[in-house]
Amino acid sequence: MIALSDYLMLGDILFSIAVAGIFLNRKNVIVLLMCIELMLLAVNTNFVAFSHFRHDITGQVFVFFILTVAAAEAAIGLAILVVLFRNRGTINVQDFDSLKG
Amino acid sequence: MGFEKFLFYCFAAMTVAASAMVISRRNPVHAVLWMVVVFVSSAVLWILLEAEFLGIVLILVYVGAVMVLFLFVVMMLDIDIATLRAGFISYLPVGALVAAVMMIEIALVVGPAHFGLAAFSAPPAAGVAVNNTHELGMLLYTVYAYPVELAAVILLVAIVAAIRLTLRRRPDNKYIDPARQVRVKKGPDRIRILKMASVGPAQPPAADPAATKE
Repeated sequence: MIALSDYLMLGDILFSIAVAGIFLNRKNVIVLLMCIELMLLAVNTNFVAFSHFRHDITGQVFVFFILTVAAAEAAIGLAILVVLFRNRGTINVQDFDSLKG
Repeated sequence: MGFEKFLFYCFAAMTVAASAMVISRRNPVHAVLWMVVVFVSSAVLWILLEAEFLGIVLILVYVGAVMVLFLFVVMMLDIDIATLRAGFISYLPVGALVAAVMMIEIALVVGPAHFGLAAFSAPPAAGVAVNNTHELGMLLYTVYAYPVELAAVILLVAIVAAIRLTLRRRPDNKYIDPARQVRVKKGPDRIRILKMASVGPAQPPAADPAATKE
């Protein structure tokens, strides 16, 4: 039998890989956005697993809303990326220093 | 039950391997394509968890829309990969260390000791009569009707924001504003109104009234 902890461990590994990806590709905005998507996927897997093992479909409703917000976030993020590339000619995070923060 | 376990480990391994490829590929296009593999194998895992609707939505919306959007943007931008990859090796130790520590910490919490089969026994398989889409819809359109509307508004905001961000006025565009066209008046503006003899409606054929009299 597949235990709940198996799915939770899978979510754990996915999330950690995404965190490592943010460290490794900290200059490439596109891969950063994809790592965020990976994190959301790990969280959604946890939600679905709990929903299944606790007989409560509310977890799946929550995943539904997370998917909606993640799609909106990806669309706006990519739009910002296109505008940045149009104005600066690069997507290197370290070149975005106009604000001198 | 053995086959189900085999499927789980097969697709879980595929998900993990593909996500490792996502973060390590040199070419962003390859990374996006590996991301598609991650989503498809995750969808299989969700269907194993009897979340059929969400599994199919993951493939339709994520693979079909979001990842294709990523692919469009990656291919549209002319990216210098070499400078973006600079420092990849130097960040590798700290990235791996943080990820490993985080993974172990979470595993201590969610491991089999607390969430194993002893604590959460596997539920019996749902029969053919159970319709996941129907159950989800019953909940979404009754209890969660207001959040569904809010989600729709969020999507609308995303549409407006994305279009507004990427819209640009091109000087060589021959666009004509209809409002300005309608506001044109005679006199100082560029139109003049001509007087013309009005033309009456076409005369009916002579045979017609005779036919009605008879």
